[in-house]
Amino acid sequence: MRLQSLTRALLAGELRAYPGRAILAALAIAIGVALGYAVHLINYAAVSEFTQATRALMGNADLELRGARLGFDENIYPRVARLPEVAAASPLVEVDAKLTARIGVNREPLKILGIDIFRAAAVQPNLIGHITDGAGDDPDSGMAFDSDALFLSPAALAWLNVRPGDSVDIQVGLETVSLRIAGTLPAAGAGRRLGVMDIGAAQWRLQRLGLLQRIDLKLKPGVDVEAFKNKLAALLPAGVVAMQPDDSERRSANLSRAYRVNLTVLALVALFTGAFLVFSTQALSVVRRRAQFALLRVLGVTRGGLLRRILLESALVGASGAALGLLLGYATTVLVLEYAGADLGGGYFPGVKPEVRFAPLAALIFFTLGLLTALLGSLSPALEAAHAHPAQALKAGDEESALRRLRSPWPGLALLGTGALLTLAGPVNELPIPGYIAIALLLTGGIVLMPRLAHHLFALLPLLRQTVPYLALAQLQGAPGRASIGLGGILASFSLVTAMAIMVSSFRISVDQWLNGVLPAELYVRAASSGDTGFFSPAAQSAIAGVPGVARAEFVRVTQITLDATRPPVTLISRRIDAMNPATRLPLVGAPRLPQAGDPLTVWVSEAMVDLYGFEVGRRVTLPLAGKTVAAVIGGVWRDYGRQHGTLVMNESDYRQLSGDQNVNDAALWLTLNTTTAQLTQRLRVALDERVEIAEPGEIRALSLKIFDRSFAVTYLLEAVAIVIGLFGVAAGFSGQALARAREFGILRHLGVTRRQVGAMLALEGALLTLFGALAGLALGWVIALILIHVVNPQSFHWSMDLHPPFGLLALLAGLLVAASAAAALFSGRRAMSVAAVQAVREDW
Amino acid sequence: MLTLTNVSKSYTSTGKRHIVRELNFRLEKGEYVAIMGESGVGKSTLLNLIAGLEKPDAGSIEFGGKTLSAMSDDEATLLRRAKMGFVFQAFHVLPQLSVAQNVGLPLLLNGMTPREAEKRVADMLLAVGLDDRADSMPRELSGGEMQRVAVARALVHQPQLLLADEPTGNLDPDSAMQVLQLLRDQIKQHGTSGILVTHSARAAATADHVLLLTPQGLIPHAVTP
Repeated sequence: MRLQSLTRALLAGELRAYPGRAILAALAIAIGVALGYAVHLINYAAVSEFTQATRALMGNADLELRGARLGFDENIYPRVARLPEVAAASPLVEVDAKLTARIGVNREPLKILGIDIFRAAAVQPNLIGHITDGAGDDPDSGMAFDSDALFLSPAALAWLNVRPGDSVDIQVGLETVSLRIAGTLPAAGAGRRLGVMDIGAAQWRLQRLGLLQRIDLKLKPGVDVEAFKNKLAALLPAGVVAMQPDDSERRSANLSRAYRVNLTVLALVALFTGAFLVFSTQALSVVRRRAQFALLRVLGVTRGGLLRRILLESALVGASGAALGLLLGYATTVLVLEYAGADLGGGYFPGVKPEVRFAPLAALIFFTLGLLTALLGSLSPALEAAHAHPAQALKAGDEESALRRLRSPWPGLALLGTGALLTLAGPVNELPIPGYIAIALLLTGGIVLMPRLAHHLFALLPLLRQTVPYLALAQLQGAPGRASIGLGGILASFSLVTAMAIMVSSFRISVDQWLNGVLPAELYVRAASSGDTGFFSPAAQSAIAGVPGVARAEFVRVTQITLDATRPPVTLISRRIDAMNPATRLPLVGAPRLPQAGDPLTVWVSEAMVDLYGFEVGRRVTLPLAGKTVAAVIGGVWRDYGRQHGTLVMNESDYRQLSGDQNVNDAALWLTLNTTTAQLTQRLRVALDERVEIAEPGEIRALSLKIFDRSFAVTYLLEAVAIVIGLFGVAAGFSGQALARAREFGILRHLGVTRRQVGAMLALEGALLTLFGALAGLALGWVIALILIHVVNPQSFHWSMDLHPPFGLLALLAGLLVAASAAAALFSGRRAMSVAAVQAVREDW
Repeated sequence: MLTLTNVSKSYTSTGKRHIVRELNFRLEKGEYVAIMGESGVGKSTLLNLIAGLEKPDAGSIEFGGKTLSAMSDDEATLLRRAKMGFVFQAFHVLPQLSVAQNVGLPLLLNGMTPREAEKRVADMLLAVGLDDRADSMPRELSGGEMQRVAVARALVHQPQLLLADEPTGNLDPDSAMQVLQLLRDQIKQHGTSGILVTHSARAAATADHVLLLTPQGLIPHAVTP
């Protein structure tokens, strides 16, 4: 005989008797923590790598001057470099170069910087290349100034599978420019794919003569950076802004912030579902042990002592689950970064191959979340057990009184009301935090109201005369509290599934309809699928328009301008637009404003521009274009799912006249009557180049939707995990109830109810409960979907969408859930049909 | 050592129902009393009041020189832990603990270390005839054996007062007599005071005195075993 301390004896005894329950709850916590931690680590690695690379490229620079993507006048450089506050100034050309088909048609572009080596040595020494081109390590050989010399970072060399001495072909316009790899960039930063060449060579070979994209400044000691920025603002042409390294990093990080937060919230949804599994298993366990706890109170355990012991049980489960979750999360991160990269489908981190880094603070936060989840999940049952009247609780059949408190509607209504109010709140720090909290409150309020709703609904059902339905309905009517604990799990899981299904379906159909609107032509020709070095010159445009079979050609120029130094750049699109009828080319939301006498030029903005810059219809604004400030009026707002940081559309003629830029990126073609797309495609390849990309609208739509599905792949995965955890919760709930009702099943068997009938009773109970839970889940999920569509998405990504619920899919999911739950109830109660149940009536527990 | 003075208790769940009305009772140290009465007259309620599990609506309960009825729940709980023992009709043995662990519970609650408690538990199990079942689980025991475990648990910490609520209600006659005799022997051996609530005249006859609980109070009662 060996005695243990009371707490250890009670804990060990419960774990020995029901290990599966504890393991299941711990696993649910582990999965939630693992997902949250993995998503955080992956995003953290990617953003850290990205911003570190950005910082590495800025080197010692105190300020960075940036303008439109196409560049600004290089004459700004001597004016700025001569300012007394400037210690050193380094001019740069910066392009995303399209690699040719020889290397890989679908490659991401290669970032190439053109630098002045002598200036860069003082400001960005990381960008100085190391010559290793077979002619020997001779830094004075002058090779660095060759017009085709290119230095690649180690990551770029590995990515392209080349080495010094090889050549890299890039597309400029429709021509191929061959560059020779003269050496490496050993200090460019691990994981960053980058090429560097002489600035003069870059301007010439990449057709950026007279233009710069960037000037990095190192200031003299003691210069007030803010004051100098203000002084610079007066000197710089429109559209050129001065940014500090922090601004630049913030801009880079902001590109993906909403997407990353969205993914983290989804991962936390898995943890929330796990919390509910802990609650349901712990609640049923406490109810089952009600008399035991009452005995302990009679023997002299105080309320506080009992509460601490119950919470300690949950804390152990939570701590085990959280620790396991951190390990799983780290392992998942290593695997994902190794085999799938850091992108997670969003496309925000091109050219980055980060390494996993252990984040101790995040680990502590997620561990604490896991632990708190377990504690919060068991707090309510623990409080009830500690405050139960011992004398009353010792009596058999008192279990339902423990759950009577759950029937109060006020907490649930308070949560629903608060959640509803929060949906009216705006974003916090440009994130839909109130929206997310509203969803959590509505979900929790719905779950809390389940017992009350169950009590009223089941009381309305008539008791049928047949044995099985009679017993099943009597149980649901007589013990609605216990039944509704399982209901909560069904509601949590299914409402989230419903909400996500409605949101994704609405989004996908809206994107599909949008694509129909923005692709009105019959054939599309693109100079390059990526990067900004491919374009159609005026000669190429004439060639396209002159190809036999082309009835009409419209050309599109896409570039970027900066309106706010702290925000990502805005996309500027120039195309042919009928100002009197812009809806023929743009998917407008709301009525347009037609041009009026005295108006400046008209531009049409995406929904993001309204949210981020306040560019409402009719408002007069000034825009930076080719170094000049141009007045414009907002003629309409259109839906743009391609870019979330804002897009301006300007008429082609206005753009060409103001900017002098006659090049274009894309051509939209309408065919003559007797020409097929195959014929025109063939003729275009002969007239232009084999490498131009030609696609029909259907192909572009299919590819776009494929990218859409890929970007939601992680969402689908996290949703599936939430469903699995929810189903585990349902199974655990039924299992817990079966254990708690072992004596009842034994009595039924004594009375002559067959095993098959007991099984059918359990299956029917499970099916009815789940059906009610599924219907409630559909209703609550619908509400949550509306919040996702009308609050979270617009505040996160600045676009709207139309509601398109997938009725068929929802009906199928509900049917599968009901069937799965009935099976789970049946499986969980199998012990009830065993001989052991007959012995259960002997026991006083 | 135990004095009830004008104690009253009623419940109001479905209209006011007086369970105990102006009850007076006194129990001396070492005295063993049986209380009989009709179903619903308030026997279990009386035990709950004495144990501090319920508070009287009026009157006072003094135990060991302290006013139990004026204590907070925690104070009453701690007093109960140290000074009282319970035997229930339904045994109430914790199924996930062994026989020895069940018996040792009150000692651990009172702060004794497991090592210190082992000797006392072993002695108690020997006294109730279960010394060879120390590591058995409750599901392996008969009803009579489980009740003996409950008796051992009730007395292992040498309480001043033992409360037994229908301890033989679920037992066959032979097992019932064994448990009753065991109760009496242990009570007398440890100098504990005891209150036995029972329907059975035979069980009541094992006590020093028998009282009948009526709506008018406790009155002496003669029984024929």
